[in-house]
Amino acid sequence: MLVVSLIAFVMFRFVGDPVDQMVGLETTLEERAKLREQLGLNDPLPVQFWNFVSKAAQGDLGISYQFKRPVAVLLSERLPATLELSFVSALFALLAGIPMGVYTALRRESFLSKLFLTVSLIGISLPTFLIGILLIFIFSVNLQWLPSFGRGQVVDLGWWTTGFLTVSGLKALILPSITLGLFQMTLIMRLVRSEMLEVLRTDYIKFARARGLKDRAIHFGHALKNTLIPVITITGLQLGSIIAFAIITETVFQWPGMGLLFLQAVQNVDIPIMSAYLLLIAFLFVAINLIVDLLYVVVDPRIRIGGAEA
Amino acid sequence: MSDALLSVRDLVVEFPTRKGILTAVDSVSFDIGRGEVLGVVGESGAGKSMTGSAIIGLIEPPGHIAGGSIELAGERIDNLPLEAMRKVRGKRIGMVFQDPLTSLNPLYTIAEQLIETIRTHLKLSERDARERAIGLLDEVGIPAASRRIDDYPHQFSGGMRQRVVIALALCAEPELVIADEPTTALDVSVQSQIIDVLKNMCAEHGSSVMLITHDMGVIAEAADRVAVMYAGRLAEIGPVRDVIQDARHPYTKGLMGSIPTLMHDSDRLTQIPGSMPRLTDIPPGCAFSPRCPKAFDRCFSVQPACERHEDREVACLLYDEGGRP
Repeated sequence: MLVVSLIAFVMFRFVGDPVDQMVGLETTLEERAKLREQLGLNDPLPVQFWNFVSKAAQGDLGISYQFKRPVAVLLSERLPATLELSFVSALFALLAGIPMGVYTALRRESFLSKLFLTVSLIGISLPTFLIGILLIFIFSVNLQWLPSFGRGQVVDLGWWTTGFLTVSGLKALILPSITLGLFQMTLIMRLVRSEMLEVLRTDYIKFARARGLKDRAIHFGHALKNTLIPVITITGLQLGSIIAFAIITETVFQWPGMGLLFLQAVQNVDIPIMSAYLLLIAFLFVAINLIVDLLYVVVDPRIRIGGAEA
Repeated sequence: MSDALLSVRDLVVEFPTRKGILTAVDSVSFDIGRGEVLGVVGESGAGKSMTGSAIIGLIEPPGHIAGGSIELAGERIDNLPLEAMRKVRGKRIGMVFQDPLTSLNPLYTIAEQLIETIRTHLKLSERDARERAIGLLDEVGIPAASRRIDDYPHQFSGGMRQRVVIALALCAEPELVIADEPTTALDVSVQSQIIDVLKNMCAEHGSSVMLITHDMGVIAEAADRVAVMYAGRLAEIGPVRDVIQDARHPYTKGLMGSIPTLMHDSDRLTQIPGSMPRLTDIPPGCAFSPRCPKAFDRCFSVQPACERHEDREVACLLYDEGGRP
C-alpha cells in the first residue's frame, strides 16, 4: 500500500504543474503563488508525501482540479456503480463457470463439453470492448431488449445508490456484467475443468469409488471441494482485476462508475482523482487477498489446525 | 468348487495402446474360500493389482476385462451394470489401497468419511452410524476413538491412517477385502501391526482377504494360500507352507531363493538372472522361459496351462505328463 501510495504521489507531483490546470489565463503571478502556498506545493517533498499519506489514511484524498470537489466524495458517488457491476459479473462468472467446468471435466467426450470449450476459447481471445459492442449490437440495436448505456433508474439509499431495486436498473446491469464477466467465466471454467480432472485421478477419489459411494457424492462432495481451493485464489485475484479493469466496459456502456470517472480524469489531467483511484484499487486488491486468505482457513482444515497449533 | 466365495476364471485384462493391445492379466483363474486369506505375490507389473482392480470393477479406462468371468458367491459380477456394481463395492467387497496418506480425502474428518460410507450401504441413522464408526475405529486399535473420530486425516500418522482405511473398507461387513500392498508405504515397524489388524479384523468379521504384496514375509505371516504371478499369468498357487518350503515352479523357486534366511549361513542370495519381460514383448511359450534355468525346447513354444498337481496348481511344463524332455 505504501509503495502504491508513493507511486500515486509521485504521479501527483510530477505530471505537470497543477496550478496551470486550475487557473485561467488571466490569473496574476501573485495569485498563482498564493494558490501554490495554499495547496502546500512549496513544502519539501517528504513533507508533502507525509501530508498526502496521512490525509489519505483519514479519507481525505484531495480536491479534484476539474470538479473543484473533494475526490473522496466523487469516488464514493461512483463506487456503488462499479462495485455492483463487478459483483454481478463475478457472480455470473462463478455461477456459470463452475458448473460448466465440472460438466466438461465429467463428460469430456460429450458434444456439449466441446461446445463449451470452443466458446470459452472465443471468450478468452476476444477483447472486452469487442464483446461489449457485439452484445450492444445484438441485444440493444437489433433486438432492442436491453438498454445499451447507463445504469437505468437507481434507488438512493443515502450513502449507496443501487440499481438492484428497479427493473430498468437490473436490465441495465445485464449486458455490462456479461461483458465484464465473460473472460473471467471462461478462465474459471477452464481452471475448474483442469483441477477437477486432476482431483479425479487422485487416490482418495479411487478409494471413494472403491467404497461404493454414489457418483454424485464423489463428484460434488469429494472432488469439487478439493477443486475449489485453487479456484478461490484465482477468483479472488480476478475480482480485483474485474474492479480495476471495469474501465473498458464502463466506457463502452457509459456506465457511471469509477472507471469512467478515471478516464475523464485522464483526459483532463485531473491528477488527484487518478492517484486516488490508484490508491483505492490497490486497497481493494489487498482487502480481497486478505479475504481470500481467510477463506482458505474456512475451506481447508489443514491450514486451520496447523495454524492453531503453531 | 461351489463353496468358493470368489471364483475367477480365465480372467483377461487388456489395455489398447498405440503399439497394440497389452495383456496385463492373461487367463488367470483362482478361487478364494470363505474366511480364507489368499496372498498374491509377484514383481511390479506382474498383474497383481490389475487383478484386484478387475475384481472390484475399477480398472482405469482404456483398460477393460476382455475375457473370463468373476463370480462372487456364485453370482457373476464382472458384467454388472454400473449402479449394481457400485452397490457391490464397499458393501460386499472392500478395498484397502497402498498409500494411506493419499487414500483419505484431506478435507473431510474421519467421522464424515466413515459415516458417509456406512450410510451409503446400511440403513442407519446418523447417530447409529457414528456409534458404529467409533466401534470400528476402536477395533482397529485407534486410541480414544470417540475423540479422534472428529479429526482430519492429516492429524493421524501413516500407520493410524491405514487403520482408518481398514475400518473404512470393513465398515459395511464386506465378504471380501482386497488389500493392495497395504503395508508397502509404511514404516517397517508398523507393517506387522497393520497386517495383524487386517488379519484379525477380517477373521472377526468373517471376511475373506485377497492380500496383494511383493513381500514374501507378509505372505508367510498372514496368508493361508499364495498365488505367484509372473508377467500377467499365474505361475503357481498353493498352501503357503508348501509353496515356501517346496516351490515347484522355477520362478517361485528363484523367488524363495532370493529371500534371506536366518538358518542358512549363505554368503550370497541367489538371484534370478534377467528381468521380467515387458508386456509388449512377452516371449512365445512360457513367459519365464528366457530366464528359467530348467527350460527345455518346448518351453519356448508351448504356453503351459495352470494345472493341478496334488494340493497345488503349477503352470510349468516340467510337471506336465509326457511333456518332459
